[in-house]
Amino acid sequence: MLSIKNLHASIEGKEILKGIDLEVKPGEVHAIMGPNGSGKSTLASVLAGRELFEVTEGKVKYFGKDLFDLSPEERASEGIFLGFQYPIEIPGVSMVNFMKTAVNEQRKHKGLEPMSSSDFLKLMREKKELVELDAALANRSVNEGFSGGEKKRNEIFQMAMLEPKLSILDETDSGLDIDALRIVANGVNKLKSADNATIVITHYQRLLDYIVPDYVHVLYNGKIIKSGGKDLALELEEKGYDWLKKGETV
Amino acid sequence: MEKDQDKILNEVTQGEYKYGFVTDIEAESIPKGLNEDVVRMISQKKNEPEFMLEFRLKAFRHWQTLKMPEWAHLKIPEIDYQDIIYYSAPKQKPKLESMDDVDPELKETFDKLGIPLDEQKRLAGVAVDAVMDSVSVKTTFKENLAELGIIFCSFSEAVQEHPDLVKKYMGSVVPYTDNYFAALNSAVFSDGSFCYIPKGVRCPMELSTYFRINAANTGQFERTLIVADDDSYVSYLEGCTAPQRDENQLHAAIVEIVAMRNSEVKYSTVQNWYPGDKNGKGGIYNFVTKRGKCAGENSKISWTQVETGSAVTWKYPSCILLGDNSSGEFYSVAVTNNHQQADTGTKMIHIGKNTKSVIVSKGISAGFSENSYRGLVKVVKNAKNARNFSQCDSLLLGDKCGAHTFPYIEVDNKDSVVEHEATTSKIGEDQIFYCNQRGIKTEDAIGLIVNGYAKEVLNKLPMEFAVEAQKLLQISLEGSVG
Ligand SMILES: Nc1ncnc2c1ncn2[C@@H]1O[C@H](COP(=O)(O)OP(=O)(O)O)[C@@H](O)[C@H]1O
Ligand SMILES: [Mg+2]
Repeated sequence: MLSIKNLHASIEGKEILKGIDLEVKPGEVHAIMGPNGSGKSTLASVLAGRELFEVTEGKVKYFGKDLFDLSPEERASEGIFLGFQYPIEIPGVSMVNFMKTAVNEQRKHKGLEPMSSSDFLKLMREKKELVELDAALANRSVNEGFSGGEKKRNEIFQMAMLEPKLSILDETDSGLDIDALRIVANGVNKLKSADNATIVITHYQRLLDYIVPDYVHVLYNGKIIKSGGKDLALELEEKGYDWLKKGETV
Repeated sequence: MEKDQDKILNEVTQGEYKYGFVTDIEAESIPKGLNEDVVRMISQKKNEPEFMLEFRLKAFRHWQTLKMPEWAHLKIPEIDYQDIIYYSAPKQKPKLESMDDVDPELKETFDKLGIPLDEQKRLAGVAVDAVMDSVSVKTTFKENLAELGIIFCSFSEAVQEHPDLVKKYMGSVVPYTDNYFAALNSAVFSDGSFCYIPKGVRCPMELSTYFRINAANTGQFERTLIVADDDSYVSYLEGCTAPQRDENQLHAAIVEIVAMRNSEVKYSTVQNWYPGDKNGKGGIYNFVTKRGKCAGENSKISWTQVETGSAVTWKYPSCILLGDNSSGEFYSVAVTNNHQQADTGTKMIHIGKNTKSVIVSKGISAGFSENSYRGLVKVVKNAKNARNFSQCDSLLLGDKCGAHTFPYIEVDNKDSVVEHEATTSKIGEDQIFYCNQRGIKTEDAIGLIVNGYAKEVLNKLPMEFAVEAQKLLQISLEGSVG
């Protein structure tokens, strides 16, 4: 579904992504790991279409389409979901209103009628339960005054509402205690199917105890320097990144 | 990053004005210019009693001694008061027996504006006084209201039918000596609405006046007077639009409200005069004096305004809190885009004991516009226990626009509490991207964010108009994204 070839991207003239190759097929879970500042969030942003970053080289195909021909909102409607590392606050806009607008915009894109209020509220209730989101949060403004953990859980809630084909979860585990981690991972696992895929960006191997990846990639200094199976994560946990970094300079 | 943000905002903040059409209707106008004869002519055309002419002449003579105020944060080219037509009325049959007598052109105009004057199509639960240029065209539901003793009619009609009430209250809140534009209005005002709610009556429907400027080179000077007697209640709404023209047009209105013991008046405005084009050409100069007097104890006056139009706005709906335990509120959203300028706010004058006031002002600036909040909270010596809370927020869309806050606080009573809070924020590129990533287009994202920001004020509007106002906010900021 997603095919990244030699992707380069920069910000303010500084190259951050330096030739990324990655293939993601339906049903797969990919984990991207790597030290701070490697470019993990940049990769996620570029895939989601943030204009801040300039793509200087390379191609990305998404279900056969050139990804860069699509605007950020088109990508979203075509099923790309980004769980933000730092979810944004939008004061005064209730989660209900925000989600209703998002769901109906995406439906419009697919040529569907807007959802009726009662169907929508039913869907909200269902998905809130799935991620064990406090009912009161949905009536508050988007992310405003949410704790770090609540914000992350709210990202997974939105993912559940929008039922994406490709979810990119950027450090959704950081800042979560073990219970919250379990809930978030459960949510992701329940939403998993043979038709959709997930890219989990994480720092720690512990999330991967709950969400078992098919592939693990190490991103370092804008490049994927090693790929492997789920055991690679364990190896990284044990040895850190240094042995790989050394390998890269050779 | 800054650049990106600006690009997005530039694209979205260039909406088109949707009410810019002109109705081709024969009008009866007097020649351009202003002098005593013109004042007399206006009074004569309206067949006014002597006291009205005297009032006008006194005001005119006073106006001649005044200079245009310069203290506002506004750049206004000099206005040539001799180059304006002071009276213009759409020609129609002299007496309106039924709706069939209203000129079809006029009916169509108001239909297009979403203000049906037809019996069948009337807005449910809303009585409308439709004013075009200098005269009131039609007031709906008048008879139904009369059964409750409520008087709702054009100002001209009130002068004829209820001269005692007019004489008693006109100028009692805004004297003609108040300021430059109040003096001008008092001299040449043409029409407007009059409303009287008798003792103990709760007005069962929204009363509203819809002002439309149509004729070219014409000033609009309307005057509204609302009197709420003891234990009464009324909610009032004012809307306005004007055609798209290259010249600036002057609008200088007066609204006076008198609230007696235990009465409550809610006054809401959705102001959408033509704001001028993208380059700042044309548009209405809106210089308005609005003031309410809480004359009786426990009375309450609440102003809610959504200001999106006009090239220049100069307006401070105020409350004089005379009665003990009376309260005043001011809720405002003012949007400026392109080259619009707004200097708006309120005055809360605490005179009675235990008087309360709340000010919530939300400014939104885009393009090259300037948006100022100017507010005065004054507590006189004997106003024991007065309370005020003010919240003034500014939201910036882009970095070529300005937002300014000028709060003036004068407290002469030591038991009083006056609180003021102010914030300035920017719509961030990150907020827009977050919405985009969920499938929401940039235009809609800005609409969502702006409406969220203004929610506290929009919630104060009568329900029928809140939705309208939300759309209007978005339209005044939207444009071609792509
Ligand atoms: N908005 C930005 N402006 C300038 N530099 C940025 C910006 N965002 C990220 N970078 C730089 O790009 C590099 C990669 O950052 P990021 O993708 O956030 O890494 P990771 O998510 O792997 O920690 C870092 O050197 C960071 O400083
Ligand atoms: Mg990151």
